[in-house]
Amino acid sequence: MSAVHRFVDLLGGRCDPAAVASRDWDGIIGVARSEAMLATLAYRLEGADLPPTVAALFADQRAAAEVAQRQALWEAEMARRALAPAGIEFVLLKGAAYAAAGMACSKGRQIGDLDILVLASDIRRAENLLLKAGWEWVKSDPYDDHYYRAHMHELPPLIHKVRDRMIDVHHTILPRTHRITPDALALVSDAVTGADGYAVLCPPDMAVHCAAHMLADGDLQGGLRNLWDFHTMTRDFAAADPAFWSKLDGRARMHGLQAAVQRAVRLSRDLYGAALPGGCDRQDPADAWFRRRLLARDDWGRVTQPLLEQAFYIRSHWLRMPPAMLARHLWTKWRKR
Amino acid sequence: MRHSTRIAVGPVQFRIGSDWAEPVAALERLYAGYPRDETRPADATVRLFAARPWRRWLRPSVHIGGDFVVPDALPLPLSMGLLAAEMGMNLQVALGWRRHMLLHASAVAKDGRALIMSGESGSGKSTLAALLGEDGWRLMGDEFTLIDPAAGDAFAFPRAVSLKNEAIAEVAARVDAARLGPLLAGTPKGDIRHLIPRADAIAAMHEPARPALLLFPRFGGEIAVEPMGEGEAFVRLTEASTNYVALGEAGFAALTRLVRETPAFCITYPDSAAGIALVGQLWAEMVR
Repeated sequence: MSAVHRFVDLLGGRCDPAAVASRDWDGIIGVARSEAMLATLAYRLEGADLPPTVAALFADQRAAAEVAQRQALWEAEMARRALAPAGIEFVLLKGAAYAAAGMACSKGRQIGDLDILVLASDIRRAENLLLKAGWEWVKSDPYDDHYYRAHMHELPPLIHKVRDRMIDVHHTILPRTHRITPDALALVSDAVTGADGYAVLCPPDMAVHCAAHMLADGDLQGGLRNLWDFHTMTRDFAAADPAFWSKLDGRARMHGLQAAVQRAVRLSRDLYGAALPGGCDRQDPADAWFRRRLLARDDWGRVTQPLLEQAFYIRSHWLRMPPAMLARHLWTKWRKR
Repeated sequence: MRHSTRIAVGPVQFRIGSDWAEPVAALERLYAGYPRDETRPADATVRLFAARPWRRWLRPSVHIGGDFVVPDALPLPLSMGLLAAEMGMNLQVALGWRRHMLLHASAVAKDGRALIMSGESGSGKSTLAALLGEDGWRLMGDEFTLIDPAAGDAFAFPRAVSLKNEAIAEVAARVDAARLGPLLAGTPKGDIRHLIPRADAIAAMHEPARPALLLFPRFGGEIAVEPMGEGEAFVRLTEASTNYVALGEAGFAALTRLVRETPAFCITYPDSAAGIALVGQLWAEMVR
């Protein structure tokens, strides 16, 4: 059995950590690191019977993840202080949202940039306020800047000049040029506010966004992590609300993301052993390509199928923009190399 | 990977994989005297690889990767594979290690007390540590000193010492040739030759030492000793630490305690003999 399968089985609870041979941990840890999920695994296996050096490494990872999470939430607080006085409300997305809402998938989850969602009508004001509060543009290239503003679902990334942390300010969850146009107004207006005052997407929208980010927008870089987010959040949402699966289906349909959500549901069953309601428990032959892409890691953490990786990269661009525009974009990018 | 080896330096177990046999063979010669545990899972993975398959043979160039990668890092020619391995090991520790606060500093110990020397490259911290290690001190390391955030103790990372340029002849004159690695001439960092620490320093690599003296050496110029305030030592060490920010409050507490409890000096010295004499004198005055 390969390291990546063992890794997925450990997360899914289908493999007894005490039964893993000492030398097999190298590969499991290598895969986990390459997927930025070592701390996630460390939390998943907290208290398990592990070789002492592995247990010590995992304890380090948990402690480090806790600090990193506090630092990520501090960035959310900094954004709030910059935007709230001007009356701009924002919704936290992805890692910071999971952490603010105290969700299971946030345990050990790496949080890179701060992702927030604001109303499209607020986005220029939000940008100005952030610039005044010490964030700066990262992209100095005029084409990239124009590209973001004209076609993307977010502002060009901003980085804080003192704290060196990035913020991505979104006005919707898929690029403007994408074939699918989710209902951004509904995302913001149905967001829910937690005890600490941060708004996050309502449960079905959060799952829809997670699936969209993984399967409709990106090239499945970090796919195992996104799928783990999706799996644990849908599991917990369904446990708290018996009507969750049907609500998820309704929202996915409304946003035009039913196919992405259904695929995410099936993949979380295939890889992490999710228990699904009857209606979703189907097979799709194309899923095999996605499983292969998600599991394409060797025990040194390297990508094993570069052609497949490349194919998914091309697919992500194909989904993002119409063919003529894609050709123009690639031509411009190629000339700038 | 095609070739691989495992090396334990201080608390870190490395797994090093390579597309070529030479770097692994060179590492195994250099680290032959270190304890080996083939069954212990690795804490850190280093990969030395060819960016394109044909670059294994055709103008072979070694890219450095592993758990952590620096984008756009330049590859090294295969003749400098050992340097690539060393840089890869440093990189993984610098970016990945979280158990201790990492100081980019050399250290030696005596009677369970540590002398920690921090400085830019060229300050002579490696050379001083190497020479002191031949002169009755236990060499703890020439690159990283590990501070336990809970207890404040210093832990050793006694990798093979990386001697550069003039320091090579200076140290070679005092040690058995069997303890020196191959000469790597004309690397981006100048000439490099590795020194294998003494067997007793390797045997003691898991033993903590209490920080007793902090020095910020500066090579070249008249002999001078300036006491350094806690504030300045603190700021300099935050800059010398690769994981101070990542450790958050624990890092702040550990560093505050270190600079409060440990006297610190900036020292200037014209040559190694004067540097060693100065260190001995300060140690005698400050550490009781």
